[in-house]
Amino acid sequence: MMTATPTEVTTVTLSINGQSVTAPAGTLLIEVCKKLGAEVPAFCYYEGFSLQAACRMCLVEIEKFPKLQASCTIPVSEGMVVRTESPAVVAARKDMLEFLLSNHPLDCPVCDKGGECELQDMTFRYGAGESRFTEIKVHTPEKQWSPVVFYDAPRCILCYRCVRVCDEGLGVGALGIQYRGVGAEIIPNMGDHLNCDECGACIDICPVGALTSGAYRYKTRPWEMNHVGTVCTHCSNGCKTTLGVRTDEIIRGNNRDHSGINGEFLCGKGRYAFDFNKHEDRLTSPLIRKDGQLVEVSWSEALKAVATKFSETQAAGGSFGVIGGVHSTNEENYFLQKFARQGLKTANIDHQRTGDVPALLDALSGKSDVLATTDDLYNTAAALVIGSDLAQQHPFLAYQLRANGRHHNARVYTVTPGKVREADYAAASLIYGSTAELFAKLDELRDRLKAEPELVILFSDAVKGADVAKLVAYGDSLGIKVKYVALVDYSNSRGALDMGLLPTLGPGYHAAPVSGLAAPDMLAAGLDVLWVMGADPGKGNAKFTVVQDMFLTPTAAAADIVLPSASAYEKSGTVTNVCGQVQKLKPAVRTMGTKPDLEIMGLIAREMGLNLGIWTHDHVLTEIRSSVAGYNVPLPVIQTGGAAQAQPVNGRVPLDGRPELVQSAQDTLFTSGTLGRYSKALTSVIEYPGKLYSDNQ
Amino acid sequence: MLFNEPHPLETRVLTKRMHEPGYNGTVEAYERYGGYKQFLKAVEMTPDDIIGEVKTSNLRGRGGAGFPTGMKWGFVPRQSPKPKYIVVNGDESEPGTCKDRVLIENDPHLLIEGCLIAARVVGAERGYVYIRGEYRYLIDIMERAIDEAYRAGWLGKNIKGTGINFDLRAHSGAGAYECGEESALLESLEGKRGNPRIRPPFPAVAGLYASPTVLNNVETFAAVPSILEMGGKAWADLGIEKAGGTKLTCLTGHFNKPGVYELTLGFPVEKMINEVGGGVRGGRKMKAFIPGGSSCPVLTGDEAWPLNMDYDSMAKAGSMLGSGGVILMDETTDMVKAALRIMHFYAHESCGWCIPCREGTAWLKKLLTRLDAGSGSARDIDLVGDLAKNMLGRTFCPLGDAAALPTMSIVKKFRHEFEAKLSRPVSVPVTSPDQLVSLG
Ligand SMILES: Cc1cc2nc3c(=O)[nH]c(=O)nc-3n(C[C@H](O)[C@H](O)[C@H](O)COP(=O)(O)O)c2cc1C
Ligand code: SF4
Ligand code: SF4
Ligand code: SF4
Ligand code: FES
Repeated sequence: MMTATPTEVTTVTLSINGQSVTAPAGTLLIEVCKKLGAEVPAFCYYEGFSLQAACRMCLVEIEKFPKLQASCTIPVSEGMVVRTESPAVVAARKDMLEFLLSNHPLDCPVCDKGGECELQDMTFRYGAGESRFTEIKVHTPEKQWSPVVFYDAPRCILCYRCVRVCDEGLGVGALGIQYRGVGAEIIPNMGDHLNCDECGACIDICPVGALTSGAYRYKTRPWEMNHVGTVCTHCSNGCKTTLGVRTDEIIRGNNRDHSGINGEFLCGKGRYAFDFNKHEDRLTSPLIRKDGQLVEVSWSEALKAVATKFSETQAAGGSFGVIGGVHSTNEENYFLQKFARQGLKTANIDHQRTGDVPALLDALSGKSDVLATTDDLYNTAAALVIGSDLAQQHPFLAYQLRANGRHHNARVYTVTPGKVREADYAAASLIYGSTAELFAKLDELRDRLKAEPELVILFSDAVKGADVAKLVAYGDSLGIKVKYVALVDYSNSRGALDMGLLPTLGPGYHAAPVSGLAAPDMLAAGLDVLWVMGADPGKGNAKFTVVQDMFLTPTAAAADIVLPSASAYEKSGTVTNVCGQVQKLKPAVRTMGTKPDLEIMGLIAREMGLNLGIWTHDHVLTEIRSSVAGYNVPLPVIQTGGAAQAQPVNGRVPLDGRPELVQSAQDTLFTSGTLGRYSKALTSVIEYPGKLYSDNQ
Repeated sequence: MLFNEPHPLETRVLTKRMHEPGYNGTVEAYERYGGYKQFLKAVEMTPDDIIGEVKTSNLRGRGGAGFPTGMKWGFVPRQSPKPKYIVVNGDESEPGTCKDRVLIENDPHLLIEGCLIAARVVGAERGYVYIRGEYRYLIDIMERAIDEAYRAGWLGKNIKGTGINFDLRAHSGAGAYECGEESALLESLEGKRGNPRIRPPFPAVAGLYASPTVLNNVETFAAVPSILEMGGKAWADLGIEKAGGTKLTCLTGHFNKPGVYELTLGFPVEKMINEVGGGVRGGRKMKAFIPGGSSCPVLTGDEAWPLNMDYDSMAKAGSMLGSGGVILMDETTDMVKAALRIMHFYAHESCGWCIPCREGTAWLKKLLTRLDAGSGSARDIDLVGDLAKNMLGRTFCPLGDAAALPTMSIVKKFRHEFEAKLSRPVSVPVTSPDQLVSLG
């Protein structure tokens, strides 16, 4: 979006390996070499983080310089004559690798990184054929810093990537260096253990096997896995996570090729919290309450029982309530509301609302290009965060803003109920006591924000209902271009809204023909049938409850029929992140006995003799693309693992006037609703369950 | 306390006061001997005039690299809106070097006056004297002198009514040689780990807290008052062309009369050893000579005798004047042990930031340990030279070169001593059990 003021960029012409190239003055030589295809090996250089010039792998020959120069720190200048493959350069690389390997344990056969290791690759390509080192190697024992992070100093090549990603990338700064010379090693700044985000970014960025993951270490060799790139099913940010799968088991979550919207970012949930998937409490058989007890039954018995109950209730003119999920796919939620509205002829449909997107769309009616994407967060000149501990609740959005601050000097302003991590680099951080005070704090910022060229405002459930219009009016009063993000909690919270899981709004925020009950009212209304898909609203006083879930949640435990559903890592479909970016899930594994929610609904419909259309995910997506406003997303983009921007309605949205129903669950970095409780990786760290707005950010 | 008796061949400019009977280095004593007058003179001069005098004096940095001081001061962007800083490098950790200690211990106000003049030039209002951690007692001396200077009105606000403000603090290092390297020193001074910085930018432009900083050796600052006193020209004339003035020279090792002597630049080595230093210990022959601290390439006795103590003469002979820490080794010296001792130092002091120095020094130390213990092979001797060569010019900071240069020169010039220690001279079969044991 948001183009910066054009500045005069001077270009210079230089020669690399006899080829003439032009590049903007000041570009790092290593980058220019990369663009040209002249490979310069590098360990410590990592695009986007501060320069180190420590590994000396990138030395090149530049005419008129008496010594080889580190291309990772030399800016190109006019007339430079560079050689990247001269005998001196080739020899220097070989010598650096010889030094590097001298104290390296060479335990590649058992190292987690084997096959994915930059040191292996470099040695293969540039290293010497023989070793001249015959001394005793320096050895120190491996250390465990947390349940999820282990460090093996002998393998560490001291490239300081981990230190930088943690400090500059995350803003945590948990890692440092101790001792000196050949004894130098990485340590937690806190002492002998980590007290940090437990995000594993350090593990991911480590070029060698020095940092290993508690969830994955010594479990397999990388090439024994299939790598399935899908979307993390925890928070609303929608990071791509690559699941490493061996014999129908997820062994690893990581950020294998950095090809997602999240680049090199992934938090602990995306990296480790896939383990709920094979938790021993997973439901693997349908359950029917008989004589007061839930007992296992066959799928056909259970489906028939549900269909019979639904049909009988309908025939008797009974009442229904339907509550959908915030982790379910768009296809599932779309099909669910269609089932409810067209099949069961009920208007009682809702979900767990965590952010007031409808109010925002209504307030923005008539304005175009006002919804920010995750890219915008990296490029905007200024951002204002309202009512969210962003680094914990929206870790990828926080990462984008921090990178923007680091790379483009973006100004970040926060107005929050307590201390947030953004304060360490924010242009201003204001704390409010009550929501009433919130707007007073915004007024304090008004003049500074007016001076900004543009702004992205991210706001949580602290601003909802009529306050959203007030916030947009405030944005208008600044006289600059303003874009917005209404923060929502879960992986498909936004999709549930877009797909019309609301008692007053159908898909695409169009008014539902008839208005129904909101979730809390359904629970209290003594309905004949309550149908819950992937949610845990509590039982309420419905006469009969059907629940589709992965676990025996309190709602499921009190239900009459429970159908075990597949997780997001076991099915296809699309999800929409907090910024409206639509991405595709890819099934990585299967759990015997479960079925995806879409299939469950389709089978119930068939059993009932309802015609709701073909219920495979691609057919439902086709229907969504043609019928839901803003969802005509390009298929090739999402099918190839990209993110397509949904463009929701531009016009007035009829609101149900129930802002009190919009409530964020206030998850921390270590909680994630039901899924989080069933992730041992999350519950095992000392930081669990964590606290928002804590003072030691 | 002075190390040694003064010698008549010395030219005492920086050390002139400390040899006066009863001189105790207090502010009163310093003032009595004309101290702080040059600062008042500097206040009357323009910054450019002062820099001009320093340039004329041919003063070159006394910390080891010998960079012309006037030129360095000229690089400081005096118009910059950022605060300017004065930083004194008193880390003095180079083996063989012990001169800054003599200056701080005996005439600390001379250093303070030098800082004041530099502060006057660039408009700095704050300075730090970074003192080697092992020099604990010097910190007390420096702090006492700073206190005195505050009380006498030579530090603080509106110094002696000149309108100049200048605060000075002594800061202790924590025992790292690398913190003598200027950018690592600045990191350490800022409270961080003492790893060197990427340069450029150089401290003159972005030094302490990324602000323009004048960073010089103790002796460099201490030379400045005398330059203003004598005039740059007269000061330059004490030395030789391109290297003005005097140099505090530390005679260490196998001298009869080791000590710190102030000699003019260009002083003949032969005269320095035989007269000033009282000759080689026990009348022995000089086997090896290091002109300026352990990072300089080692010269053989034969190479060193005809040289003069100045930058060009030493460079022509393939070594360096360095910091003025002369190390003399007589004919009884075991050069393999000397190489090992030097490498032990660098392996211990390598900060570990970059691969070639971190791994290279440690590997070399192990190799040399083995060669010294008699369990090396001819290939190991080549390997020592080769590894040192592979470090040279490729490390992040000059410490790697400092480790490589003496090592390469010792292997080249004293190879026979390494060979004499080889475990298995091919012609001698291993026979006795004793020999087997000694092979380890
Ligand atoms: C490894 C290393 C150690 C050094 N140690 C010292 C030192 O102890 N004292 C010093 O004055 N300069 C030392 N230097 C030189 C400084 O980097 C710097 O050049 C000097 O302080 C500049 O002052 P000068 O121009 O007055 O010499 C060292 C350099 C290196 C590379
Ligand atoms: S897990 Fe994340 S927060 Fe913790 S040390 Fe590693 S990078 Fe830093
Ligand atoms: S642990 Fe890995 S990332 Fe960190 S310094 Fe060592 S090799 Fe680099
Ligand atoms: S050469 Fe490298 S490891 Fe050695 S002291 Fe300098 S930066 Fe540190
Ligand atoms: S990549 Fe340039 S020194 Fe490491």
